[in-house]
Amino acid sequence: MAVINIRKKEVQVKIVYVGPGRGGKTTNLEYLFGAVRHRIQSDMVSIKTHGDRTLFFDFLPFDLGQIQGYMVKTQLYTVPGQVKYNATRKLVLKGVDGVVFVADSMEVMRDKNIASLENLKENLAFYDLDLYNKFPIVMQYNKRDLAEQGVPILTIETLEQDLNSKLKAPYFEASALSGHNVIATVKKAITMTVVSLQDHFT
Amino acid sequence: MSYILDQEQLDGIEEVLQKDLMDLGLKCVILIDMAGNIIANLDNGQVGHDVYSLAALAAGNFGAVCAMAAIIGEDDFALLFHKGKNENIHFSKVLDDFLLVTIFGNDVSLGYLRLKVDESISKISKIFETTKKV
Ligand SMILES: Nc1nc2c(ncn2[C@@H]2O[C@H](COP(=O)(O)OP(=O)(O)OP(=O)(O)O)[C@@H](O)[C@H]2O)c(=O)[nH]1
Ligand SMILES: [Mg+2]
Repeated sequence: MAVINIRKKEVQVKIVYVGPGRGGKTTNLEYLFGAVRHRIQSDMVSIKTHGDRTLFFDFLPFDLGQIQGYMVKTQLYTVPGQVKYNATRKLVLKGVDGVVFVADSMEVMRDKNIASLENLKENLAFYDLDLYNKFPIVMQYNKRDLAEQGVPILTIETLEQDLNSKLKAPYFEASALSGHNVIATVKKAITMTVVSLQDHFT
Repeated sequence: MSYILDQEQLDGIEEVLQKDLMDLGLKCVILIDMAGNIIANLDNGQVGHDVYSLAALAAGNFGAVCAMAAIIGEDDFALLFHKGKNENIHFSKVLDDFLLVTIFGNDVSLGYLRLKVDESISKISKIFETTKKV
């Protein structure tokens, strides 16, 4: 549910990071916070368990500057990825304008990635949003760095086949831990979201 | 769903918040939507709260309480109040989609505040009824 403030020439959009538990959603926001903390007054807010698993959400305001004469103010959120936290996950998705789907590249996570995307579809449907009908979403295939450590990871072809064959969303190979493609992912998500808003208005 | 607020509506909302609420001696008034977006934000110039974080947490908190209400078979809680030693926070729903958050010290009477909050909510609701939704 974007808010457009004509007086201030400002758009507020909400982008939510979704994906299986331990996939690296919080790590994405932590990296972004590290990149912007010197120029924002706000803190990153995290509601989590003692074991650092997201319980409710992480939150970070992230401004990308102007797009087409409008100041775009973005609120980034992560949901808890663990299956058992669907009630809070659903709440965070309220009013979502765009999604970053963080898939875990580890081979053992294959089914969890697929289940998480399916759960996203259901949760969006709860808010009358159709994931498969022009919904702004970017795929991030995370933890690519693990290959160097000999951890078996899924190929991009497999990930594309499993998660993106129908969606055909833009995707990024990333490592949230090192920051590789973290900024590229968020920029793409914000641009897509703003463009889709414009399509609604015009 | 998105909505566009024009100059007149925003001025109207801010005027209500200033005259009906801030002038009671409140520290801060924030009008947000249930997604955590900020629509209007006024403060007394002495507090420097991180309103973006407050908005995200307020929307999440309110959402969580309403979800609990649904589980126990209550329709909704239309307002919430948290009392601190020096600062208090009051949340009230405006229509179905918005939340009015007020922060005030112990010098403000809660009863009177509630009365004024109710008044301003009905004024703001009227303004929102003319809002363009897309
Ligand atoms: N090697 C590697 N590890 C990563 C990467 N991204 C995240 N991790 C690690 O994976 C673990 C889980 O990361 P989180 O960011 O907490 O995962 P999450 O998706 O927020 O998990 P939930 O909050 O439970 O949904 C942490 O130990 C991270 O350091 C990555 O790109 N490479
Ligand atoms: Mg997390």
